[in-house]
Amino acid sequence: MGVPDMDELSFTDSELDYHVRNALKAVVQGDCDFYNQLVAVIHHKERLVAEEVALLVTCLKAVTGAVSSIHIAHHRSLLAAIFGMSLWDYGTDVMDALVELLVSLASSSGEYVDLCLEMLVGNFIPPSAPPSASYFVELLTQPRGLAKKNQVLDRVHSTLKDIASVVPLSPLRLEKIVRDRMPNIYTKEPVVEAIVASHDPRHSSCALSGCGESLTRVDAKFIVMYVENMLRLESGVMGELVGSTILVALVDRLIDLDVEIAWDEILQDDFHKGIFDMELEDLEGHADHIEQDCNELTREALIQRFFSGNLVAEKLDSLMVLTFEHLRSCAESGRLVQVFEILLQSFQKTILTAYKSKFAQFVMFYACSLDPENCGKMFADLLLNIFVSSLNPVRMSAVSYLASYLARTKFVPVSFVAAMLESVVNWCFLYCKKQEGDINPKAHKVFYAGCQATMYVLCFRMRQMLAIPRLKSQLCLMRIEAILGHPLKPLQVCLPSIVEEFLRLVKANHVFSLPQSFVEYGMLESDNSRAFGGMERFDMFFPFDPCLLRKCDSYIRPNYVYWSMVRSTYDEDDGEGTSDEDVEEAYASRNGMSIPDDGSGRSYDDEGNSDADEFDYSLNKMSITPRDSSNKFGGRMQRFMQMPSKIRPSASPESL
Amino acid sequence: MEGLKECEANLVVYLHPSKAKCADAILSELSSLLFTYSETFEGVVLAYDPNICSNLAKILPGIHPYFGVKLKARLLLFNPKPDMVVEGEVVKITPQSIHAVVLGFSSAFIADEDIRDDFKHKIKRGKEVYVSRTHKKHKIKVGTILRFIVKSFDEEILHISGSLVADHTGCARWLDKNLDEWSQADSTIKKRKSGERDDQKLRSDRSMVQREILPLENDVQAKKAKKKKKNIVES
Repeated sequence: MGVPDMDELSFTDSELDYHVRNALKAVVQGDCDFYNQLVAVIHHKERLVAEEVALLVTCLKAVTGAVSSIHIAHHRSLLAAIFGMSLWDYGTDVMDALVELLVSLASSSGEYVDLCLEMLVGNFIPPSAPPSASYFVELLTQPRGLAKKNQVLDRVHSTLKDIASVVPLSPLRLEKIVRDRMPNIYTKEPVVEAIVASHDPRHSSCALSGCGESLTRVDAKFIVMYVENMLRLESGVMGELVGSTILVALVDRLIDLDVEIAWDEILQDDFHKGIFDMELEDLEGHADHIEQDCNELTREALIQRFFSGNLVAEKLDSLMVLTFEHLRSCAESGRLVQVFEILLQSFQKTILTAYKSKFAQFVMFYACSLDPENCGKMFADLLLNIFVSSLNPVRMSAVSYLASYLARTKFVPVSFVAAMLESVVNWCFLYCKKQEGDINPKAHKVFYAGCQATMYVLCFRMRQMLAIPRLKSQLCLMRIEAILGHPLKPLQVCLPSIVEEFLRLVKANHVFSLPQSFVEYGMLESDNSRAFGGMERFDMFFPFDPCLLRKCDSYIRPNYVYWSMVRSTYDEDDGEGTSDEDVEEAYASRNGMSIPDDGSGRSYDDEGNSDADEFDYSLNKMSITPRDSSNKFGGRMQRFMQMPSKIRPSASPESL
Repeated sequence: MEGLKECEANLVVYLHPSKAKCADAILSELSSLLFTYSETFEGVVLAYDPNICSNLAKILPGIHPYFGVKLKARLLLFNPKPDMVVEGEVVKITPQSIHAVVLGFSSAFIADEDIRDDFKHKIKRGKEVYVSRTHKKHKIKVGTILRFIVKSFDEEILHISGSLVADHTGCARWLDKNLDEWSQADSTIKKRKSGERDDQKLRSDRSMVQREILPLENDVQAKKAKKKKKNIVES
């Protein structure tokens, strides 16, 4: 192994520097003895004993002192040995010496900058060559491994910072390297059998959810670790320089994973039978509380089926959660708006143009929920602008996003929904005023998309609007009747389930005076309604339909409007004749509450319910708010939550 | 500082038809030139000031009919060549090297074989400095504006390799203060000595008026020169 015997040599630091320098110079003349020994020391990485570690550290330090003598052509093997080292393989002493050497190398000549940065970026994840990969995967499930991870990553990031302070243009290089080296969907991730003992929440992202079991297949999601590092860069001092690239790259990767998951993996049912059927929100609900209908799957079962063996979905889920956490920390440090602007651009380029993106868009949803005032408004404005701008190929998607966003977000004020809706309606009205001629799903697809969006939003929000007199008059002043009554006949073209639901609401609330004949239209799926979405069925795209990613969903849930929450309000209305005010109240009270997601809220029997009611009632009495909102948690509300909206709107008896 | 020049360029910027409101598009197109070495201009573009010649543009035939907008732009270029004197802020000092940043973006590295022996590496109060052996006040530390000679310039990553071998390099501030007399040290001392003698003669012989004519600077210089002499003796 040609390790020089340092006892014999006994150098001082400066002498060693001198010798190393001479050795490096001697190579140019053809004398490689000492140089080869040096390379051998640096190459030697397995099972180092204390003396070998000391020797390695000394050599690295000596090379650090002699960087100006290193020549990229003459000292290839030395450079290869240095850049072949991984921080993960060594203790902290060697790590420190190595990163110091990297800073020196990077700053000594422009040639090494990229190499140094690449090596550091390579250290974002443990070495993934076969033998060590499984070792690290196992290590990372233990507290010791996490400590190691912190040691390595702290050094990697501080070194990147150090290099940037000496080489100011290095972030420019870094952003390219980070983007290029990001693991993609085809990157093989090491999957090994490992014993998982700890319940440390930090590595729950590394392990499958069945964390408590003794032998679990641990899928070391190196991509998740890599993204963790990317986000750390984004939130660090270099964020200003490399942040936008990183966020864009991240969203791109989310979309990549997203499109890997095919729609038919999610829904084998006939999707367009009734879009409102899909709202099976008892995520954690226990089977005994749900009358299992053999035809329809519960949401849990759906997720179960969807997740089983779907590594891509799992990966995507973890990445989304990381992104959410990052957004939250951005919000806490007050820079969400900056980050959101970048996200918005990237959304426009990738998510919006991706064919029926399924999950990645929830990044936008979550960001908006963190700052509805700014981000939420920006998002909706952007979508509206795209929709009304002429010649934009993604107008149909944009209006689908807008409709889905306005319908599903709990944090968007009703007045804002009304304002947005008005703009969409106005555009549709101006459009159809110019058109003469008959129904034509293909030629006027943007118009039909607008109409469908309007109806969709109203299915969710009409009740709330009607409850506020100002908004009620605003709604009535919109030219919805004129649009729906136009010879282009949107009611025959739009998705039948939405049309049905909409007409039923209109009838129940007596808002619009739609001629009776309309009710007969659009009841059946026609060729027209299929034609309007085209082969791609864009008519059925509702981007913010309930999120099927397990971890992700828990972030979205508190701000999400489920169909049952809306539906219950008019079911009870029909039955009990509650006034509009009550509805508004019920909604308002629900705005502030998070849906119990552990299923415990639903496990009450009738007596339990009344108990809960009383408890809530007494609680409410104590609060300053004088209003009795006893139906907030239990009572009638509870009843509807127990019933996942399995009953299709059209199937309820009072609808016709 | 050398290496900076201004030039007037005749450019044609090709824009996508969607960028018909071209002012922003032109600026962003020009911005893409910034901080990269451009062969055409033979330098790194640091600033630009475009002036659109006419509002007519030539349309390129093709699938995307890009249109070419003609403009004249004044560009500020940075192109350090070997033996030019440039200045940069020192960001890091090690026993073997000095690292500086020129104009805030270009990194400069001076290896120890390019640092003249006059400079000695020391650690003072935990901070690394290079101190001149001949002029104790001539120090290089982190934050110093360093004047050095360009050895080579890496156009890819804009990395300068520099040298402090020449006498007129070092801390820019110190050099500005001291260089004039220092470069012609001997002759000044002689001149001053003779001047002093004359002065004395004048003082003794002539009226007060002539003494006032003596430039004030000379006096200051004399003081400094004395100090320097001391320094030389000490070292």
